[in-house]
Amino acid sequence: MSAHASLLRSARWHPLELVFWVLAFAAPWVLSQHALIINEIAIVALFAVSLDLVLGYTGIVSLGHAAFLGFGAYSAALFAKHIHPDPLLGLVVGMVASTVLGAMCAWTIMRGSDLTRLMVTLGTALILLELANKFSDLTGGADGLQGVMMGPLLGQFEFDLMGQTSAWYSLSVLLVLFVLARRLVNAPLGATLKAVRDNRLRAMAIGIPVIARLAVVYTVAAGMAGAAGALMAQTTGFASLDVFAMDRSADVMLMLAIGGVGWLYGGIAGAVAFKLMYDVIANITPQYWTFWMGLFLVVLVLVGRERLIRPWTWWSAPARKEEAP
Amino acid sequence: MLTLLFDGVAYGMLLFILAVGLCVTMGLMNFINLAHGAFAMLGGYVTVVLMQRHGVPFLVCLPLAFLASALMGVLLERLLYRPLYKKPHLDQVLFSIGLAFMAVASADYWMGSQQQIMQLPDWLRGRTELFADTPFVLGMGHYRLFIIVVCAVLTVGLQYVLSATRFGSRLRASVDDARVASGLGINVNVVFAATFAVGSGLAGLGGALGAEVLGLDPTFPLKFMVYFLIVVAVGGTTSITGPLLAALLLGIADVAGKYYIPKLGAFIVYVLMIAILIWRPQGLFVRQGGKS
Amino acid sequence: MSVDFALQTHGLVKRFGGITATDHVNLNIAHGARHALIGPNGAGKTTLINLMTGVLPATEGRIVLQGEDISRLAPHQRVARGMVRTFQINQLFNSLTPLETLAMVVTQHRGEGARWWQPLGYQALITERAEQLLVQFHLTDVMHQLTGHLAYGKRRLLEMAIALACEPRVLLLDEPVAGVPAGERDELLQTVAALPSDVSIVLIEHDMDVVFNFADRITVLVNGAVLTEGTPQEIAHDPQVKAVYLGTHHD
Repeated sequence: MSAHASLLRSARWHPLELVFWVLAFAAPWVLSQHALIINEIAIVALFAVSLDLVLGYTGIVSLGHAAFLGFGAYSAALFAKHIHPDPLLGLVVGMVASTVLGAMCAWTIMRGSDLTRLMVTLGTALILLELANKFSDLTGGADGLQGVMMGPLLGQFEFDLMGQTSAWYSLSVLLVLFVLARRLVNAPLGATLKAVRDNRLRAMAIGIPVIARLAVVYTVAAGMAGAAGALMAQTTGFASLDVFAMDRSADVMLMLAIGGVGWLYGGIAGAVAFKLMYDVIANITPQYWTFWMGLFLVVLVLVGRERLIRPWTWWSAPARKEEAP
Repeated sequence: MLTLLFDGVAYGMLLFILAVGLCVTMGLMNFINLAHGAFAMLGGYVTVVLMQRHGVPFLVCLPLAFLASALMGVLLERLLYRPLYKKPHLDQVLFSIGLAFMAVASADYWMGSQQQIMQLPDWLRGRTELFADTPFVLGMGHYRLFIIVVCAVLTVGLQYVLSATRFGSRLRASVDDARVASGLGINVNVVFAATFAVGSGLAGLGGALGAEVLGLDPTFPLKFMVYFLIVVAVGGTTSITGPLLAALLLGIADVAGKYYIPKLGAFIVYVLMIAILIWRPQGLFVRQGGKS
Repeated sequence: MSVDFALQTHGLVKRFGGITATDHVNLNIAHGARHALIGPNGAGKTTLINLMTGVLPATEGRIVLQGEDISRLAPHQRVARGMVRTFQINQLFNSLTPLETLAMVVTQHRGEGARWWQPLGYQALITERAEQLLVQFHLTDVMHQLTGHLAYGKRRLLEMAIALACEPRVLLLDEPVAGVPAGERDELLQTVAALPSDVSIVLIEHDMDVVFNFADRITVLVNGAVLTEGTPQEIAHDPQVKAVYLGTHHD
């Protein structure tokens, strides 16, 4: 196969991907009693994919990605409550708000070490948490922002209690943004990001403006997280302080740990696996599920994901990477 | 106002002792350990259990808390942490968050989720006031005074060990360049293990000391992790005076912030931290040419 | 200040704390030069390259590329103006294949590195150029393998190919044949020799055979400062140079 064709081939959609999306969209109809869960999974998958863009494609270790989730949620909720209840408008508002916040933050995290970045991202999320807490007249404080009534989607589809409209709404937004991310990752921009991730020094040495590229992707990821937040507020009619909490950031990192960082379906796979694990374990030990989640994370990192999903490798020594002489 | 300063200094010194182990681990093994707070919590709970269930005097509990956390540190370092030193920071973050969650859930299971009440010995209760009836009144709680004294002694001890002992120079060499250090015959593994143990032990001691001032419940590791990280990020990992100053700054800022502008409280600390880190990404007190 | 030289440094100084790594270095690289930079270990050759490419900020002095003062430019901006380097230790992108790597570099060089909607390789011109380079550097048989899995010799070739994909005007080669097995060495050297004559090359090298075969001008660097500069003949017979390398008289 020619070079040209082979490069293009990796960007093309694999049949399995199409199957997956068809199944995903059929689910709210086939499994209609689970529509609410499907909605949740779609939203959290979107959040996970947006974080994957940061963790997997920029190498920035961010503990504060929930800042954008929350900012999008509150923006959309406040917009619906005080200005206009149309969901798509609110979605745009939430995304724009988070994108702007992301652009501001992108500038702050470019210098310093991993620890510096960790702290700045975490600090941002915590600052937003405090602000949301203190300005309780606006945000409802610790009780959360309640009673967000949404208008019908596209003027036609009411958000029903069954949750099917919500599920299809969230799945659609997930699909659109996923396609965007997918194209980005397979484009020259994505390739330069992988280059920066693999070897920043060399990336600079071939003319890649590293900081500018990272800032762009970080901002895009922030916008996507904002979309997830907006969906969350709109489909549940509610926005609360724990969108900013460390728990959220930790949950989604666990999803990516399970699903795999550095490939976009990692976020989706991780979200699905996480939700299933959560339901199973929470039924057995509702109080101490954080223990099992923590244990799982520890084992996952120690053993390595590739080995974990291949049980036959558990009893052999891990493969060593070749070092150049 | 002097009282505020005093309280802030006490808080800061406590934070320093709690966080110094993390600074050295970060600087030495380049390992981001978000479970550090769990060692502190262990020390706190050990003290509570010994005092409440076995009537062990408070002063005796302190070195025992240190030992318990140090031993746990040695064990975990050898079994769990060591294989991960070379892994990317993301993996270390995931791992240590997992460990922290396990610690939190375990504490909840074994000790219950309520705040633990510390029964301080009588001679540590009470308060002395200097310059009373002046605007510069200095109210010194005896317990906080005790904390300051203990932490100051420990700090001096640490500085002495680092600068005047052979172990200290081995440690500094390993921090600067572990490969070269091991090429010089320094057993880097032993240095790592010992350092991790002492750092965890100090955290445990800090947890025991701090239970009265900071509160002790299963969410301790996560609640205070941010503060420890701030001390490390702002103070830098190339010395211990940097983190000391950072911890003092943090302690005073937090106490003063909560007093003068209670509506915003911790917000001030976070904004200050971000501002400092944007201005000096390597930390406020790092000497030029230090490693990142 | 004329445009007679492709690359010049004026009084370049770099200090690290108390150490002067680069000591008032004046370099003049002519257009189309084959200029070698030699000196004992620790002489500061790689530091000089790092200063010229902008990886290290200079303490004092100026760098002029094709008549333009680039002392304040960021590394990626210098690359865009035609200054490209290779690294002594391979600096590659392990999770990409050679084909992807070269396609990416060519795309970036053509100013399209920020495109986000079309896939990498959408432009036939770009993939053709990448393929050209793959052929030139004998990498076609491994072009679909992950760089991380390549043998050392191939990695070294890729290292050079990446630099060429940037269409350099001034090429800085940092010990290009270090550690390369003998057969592939000649291949590599031939490729370097076959570079177009309008590309000016600065070569850091320890192997004197390579230096004397390749260079038309040699600068000798010792303790961060220029000891002397001249033609290969002059340098070969310079007693100072011999003393520095050998410590004693050599018959």
